This record gives sequence, C-alpha cells and structure tokens, in this order.
Amino acid sequence: MAERQAAQVPSNIVRRSFAIATWLGWKIESNWTDPFLFAVYSVIKPLAGAAIIVVMYSVVASGNFDTPYFAFLYFGNAFYQYVSSVITGVSWSIVDDREHYRTLKYLYVAPIRFQYYLLGRGVARILAGTFAVIITIAGGVLFLHVPLNFAQVDWLLFSVSFVLGIVVLIYMGLVLAGVTLMLAHHSDVVGDAVASAMFLFSGAIFPLSYLPAFIRPIGYALPVTYWLELLRRSIIGSSVESFSSFGSLTNLELLSILLGFTLLFGLFSNAIFRACERRAKEKGLIDQITNY
Amino acid sequence: MSAENSVLVEDLSRIYKIRGAKKHETRELTALSHVDLSVQRGELFGLLGPNGAGKTTLIKILTTLLSPTSGKARVAGFDVVTQAEQIRSRINMVSGGETSGYGLLTVRENLWMFAQFYGISTRLANERIQRLLEIVEMTDRANTKSADLSTGLRQKMNIVRGFLTDPEILFLDEPTLGLDVGASRDVRHFIRRWVDEDPTRTILLTTHYMVEADELCNRVAIINKGKVLACDSPANLKRDLRRESIFNIQVEAPDGYVFSKLNDLAGVVRVDVTPEDGYTQLDLMMQEESVLSSVIAEFNAHGLHLRSLEKREPTLEDVFVALVGARMEEVEHAEPAES
Ligand SMILES: Nc1ncnc2c1ncn2[C@@H]1O[C@H](COP(=O)(O)OP(=O)(O)OP(=O)(O)O)[C@@H](O)[C@H]1O
Ligand SMILES: [Mg+2]
Repeated sequence: MAERQAAQVPSNIVRRSFAIATWLGWKIESNWTDPFLFAVYSVIKPLAGAAIIVVMYSVVASGNFDTPYFAFLYFGNAFYQYVSSVITGVSWSIVDDREHYRTLKYLYVAPIRFQYYLLGRGVARILAGTFAVIITIAGGVLFLHVPLNFAQVDWLLFSVSFVLGIVVLIYMGLVLAGVTLMLAHHSDVVGDAVASAMFLFSGAIFPLSYLPAFIRPIGYALPVTYWLELLRRSIIGSSVESFSSFGSLTNLELLSILLGFTLLFGLFSNAIFRACERRAKEKGLIDQITNY
Repeated sequence: MSAENSVLVEDLSRIYKIRGAKKHETRELTALSHVDLSVQRGELFGLLGPNGAGKTTLIKILTTLLSPTSGKARVAGFDVVTQAEQIRSRINMVSGGETSGYGLLTVRENLWMFAQFYGISTRLANERIQRLLEIVEMTDRANTKSADLSTGLRQKMNIVRGFLTDPEILFLDEPTLGLDVGASRDVRHFIRRWVDEDPTRTILLTTHYMVEADELCNRVAIINKGKVLACDSPANLKRDLRRESIFNIQVEAPDGYVFSKLNDLAGVVRVDVTPEDGYTQLDLMMQEESVLSSVIAEFNAHGLHLRSLEKREPTLEDVFVALVGARMEEVEHAEPAES
C-alpha cells in the first residue's frame, strides 16, 4: 500500500513523461534498421533533398553557384528540414502509437502529461533533423562554395532566433498532434502535408516578393518565414538582404515578431490540444484503428 | 458518495453518431442506455453480455477514454469527465484479444517503460516484472523482443502490464479472449488470487463467457443492448431461476416431427434442439416441473420415444435466456441493434 501511494508524486509526472518518451523515441528511431544503414540514410536523405534544389537552380542559373541568391536558397532549404522534423516529430507518435503499436489508449489511461510525452517522442527526430541540417550545410560549403564564415556569423542573433523558432515549431507540432488525434483517417500524412504546404509560402527557397501579391499574406502569417529570414541574416548577413522578404525590417523588429508568434502559439497551442483531446474523447477516437 | 464504492455509475448513456453512406446522413447508435451500477471496493465484478452489448463502451468511459453522452460515472470517488487525472493514477486497463506493445522493445523493456510512466521505481518494477512473468510462465521470454512473441504471449504480456502497476481498480476487457484453454484458466486463477490477496483491490472485468463470470466473479451484471438487465452474485442470479425447471432430454422422433411445436405448450419457456446421430437432444426450460407432464403427453401423442431425461441445475446461460428470451450466441449472430 505504501508503495502504491509513493507511485503518485505529481511533480515527477512532467519529467518522467518526457524522459521515458525520449528513451522510447530514441529506441524507435534507431531501431528500424541496422546502424550502418541508418547512418547512410541519415546522410543520403538530406543530401538528396538538397541535390534536387541544386539541380533545379543550376538549370535556371546555368550553373553559377557563386551568387547571393544561391546562398539564400541553400540555407533556406537546409534549415527548412527542421520544420518537418519538429512538427512531425511531435505529432507523429499519435498515429504511430494508435495505429501501429496500439498503445495509445494505454498511454492515455496512464498518469502521464501527454504533451510532454509527445515532445519526448519527438526528441530523436529533432536530433536527426539537426544532423540533417548540419550535413546539408557541410555538403554545400564543401562542394558548392556556399559561403559560411564562422567569424562573421552573428551568434547571438542566431542562437536566440534558432531557439525561438524551434519552440514555435514544437507548439505548432502540438496543434498538429491535436488535429491528428481528431482525425481517424489519413492522420499519418497531416504532418508532412502541412510541412510541404508551408515550404512555398515561407520564403524557404525564394523571397516572398516572388509570390503573387494575394498569396504573400500567407507567408507573413507564418512564424517560419521570420525564423528563416533571421537565420539567414545571422549567418550570411548583408549579402542576403537584396533577396530579403523583409528588406525594411531590422533584425530586432523581426526578432520581436518571432517572439510574438512564440508567445501566441505558446498560449494557444496547449488549449487547442486540450480541446482536440476533448473532442476525440467525445467521438471515441482515442483508440480508433483504421487499418487502411 | 461512499468511499467503499470503487465504481459508481448513474443513469449513464452513450450514443455513437455514425456517418451514413450519404453525406449528411448520420445515424445514432445507443451503446449504453441509462445504466446504473456500483462496484464495491474489494470486489471482482463481472459485466456479462454478448457482442455489441456495450461492455467495452462502459470500460472506455470508466477509464476516461470516452466521454459519456449523459449521466454520471465515478471511479475511486472521482468524476470521469472532470477528474480524469486523479483517476488515472489509481487505475489500469487491459483489453484482451489484441496485441499491443512496442515490438522492437523486449518484454522486460515494454513492461519497465509502463511502470516508469506510473512513477514506479526501477527496482520495484523489476521485482514485480520478475514475479508476474513467473506466474504467467514467461520468465524465459523476458529478453525476447515482443515482436517475436506469439499472439498469445503478447496478450499475456499485456495482462502483466495491467497488474504491474498494482492499481486500486483494474479494468479488464475480455481478458481471456483468444487465449487457449490452459492459458485462460491460468489467467483466471491469477485474477482471482490477485483480488483475494489484498482487500483494497478491485477488478471490473467484462466477458461473454458464462463460465468465466460464474466461476470468477463476486457479482455479475448481465448487459444486453446497452441495458443492465440484472445484477447480483452468480448464485443469487441462478437462485432466482429456481422456480423454473430445466431438463436434458434425449428422444427418438419420427421423421418430419417439428420440435418447435413444443414452444407452443403452456409453461414451456424455451427448447433448444440439437440433432444427434439417431436421436435428438433437447434442452427444455419450463416455468415449473409440472409442465413436464404435458411435454411427455405431447411425445406420446406423436410417437416420440424417450431415451433419457435428466434434470439439471440452472447456469448463468439460463439466467440470460430467461432475461433476454434467447441464448447469447443467438443474440450475437443476430443483426446489431440500432435505434
Ligand atoms: N467508435 C464507435 N463508433 C460507432 N459505434 C460504435 C463504436 N464503438 C462501439 N460502437 C457500437 O456500440 C455498440 C456497443 O459496442 P461495444 O464495443 O461497447 O460492445 P461490447 O459489449 O464490448 O461488444 P464485444 O463483445 O463485441 O466487444 C455496438 O453496437 C458497436 O457497434
Ligand atoms: Mg468489447
């Protein structure tokens, strides 16, 4: 009996939800194939993604890689990989646990904080995403003369923007997790669909000014747009400004906007997730298995 | 609310909305209808009912996975809708007949992980895992990846997961579904022993096996089409049938004799007919023993030859028949009820 009581210290709930989920996520991500294939895949996949962009660019620019626009595009594409790895990292395990392992209901019955469980499950993917970004940038610097001078990087701006961006992506992932929970069908493609959709509107590979005017507001409404801009500015500084989506805004202004988004998403994402959870319980979707 | 009530359900209903074939068409399906139920602390309580009776729906509501449409339900004194968190740290749940778990983790890792989610120390978890695996005879599989287990063993692992956290109230949804005879028996013994070991432990299990409810449970609620039809100890439920008489009869009948005619005799509750080689087996339930004479008279009038006649004790199956008017298998094979 004493043991039973000791099992219920609520202050530990957040920590253990996150820590154990991180352990599980790591086991899952690293276990799907043998380590050698895993390593190869982790290198090949981001480089292949970058290669597509590079080939497309070289057709248009007749092989001239030594331009500010190429740097703009290359860094944008490299960091954009975080968008899908964080968003799907945080939301994916809903599908995985519900459909594949069939444990979602048991996790829901357990005394855990589900939001932290989800975040923990995403850690391995976020780390894999980090690795992909590093590989992509290294490949670009080594083979394509993408400009990267560590001495010129504005590290303070980079760190602050980077962290804010990751945080806001985690919140977006939580919203997506809620949506996923409510969808009985096709919930496995939601994360990738959202990430792909935002690719074009967030200035990842071309400035917003290249988009038709009526579409641009979508880009301005996405925190990712400001994040990518800040990262590029912090790494390659003035040389990207000619392609900037926000020529008139200072770094500090951009940073404030990103911070605003982060707070906004921080305030609402949890509420949205809880509302979705409630809806899923009403509709009986927590253990709904579609088997398609 | 009394602290002795582990589960208290009042006027609970659950309606599922089902999207029809056409776009705006939605049908409503009443899975639970005005259910009242209470389970005392220390009880092993059974919900007995055919497929689609609403057993799983009730378990899901009590384990906070599904919201009720109306009515109230409290578990360990807490409201399932507004106090789900307090409930979760005190319960656990196992659904039989399904294989869940992380295939890439070993049996021990799967179990350890769930123990961690309940805040149980690794030392205590390992002790319990060891003991429980011994009971289900799976010690030699502790380090096997659960993906490499047979379905039956994966189910056993899932059952162990339920007991591992030593919950105040354990919900078991058809725990022996799909297990072979020996494994089912072991699991039943273990369930009984676990409740008997500690008077503060409570189990609510669902089953559609009569014998399981009869042998295992302190009290049984018989549920059909979302309604609780009776709730009492198996002995009391059967005692209520004592006015009725049940006979096993073997007869040789001339070709073309229609046994369903027996149903028309006054006082006959129901007849189950099983043709055997050279004779027919009848399971006859009557309102009272005296009805037997009119049955015998009917046999004589139509040239049926009596081979044997034996009175038998009522079972929960008979209780179900008396309440519903059909055997459980027949209800299961009928079309699902809708409202
Ligand atoms: N998510 C759902 N959506 C729509 N209808 C459902 C859903 N879940 C269950 N039902 C219906 O509700 C009724 C009760 O189902 P439930 O699963 O509770 O029965 P059960 O007693 O557990 O049956 P079984 O022995 O088959 O497990 C059934 O008619 C079933 O088809
Ligand atoms: Mg069921």
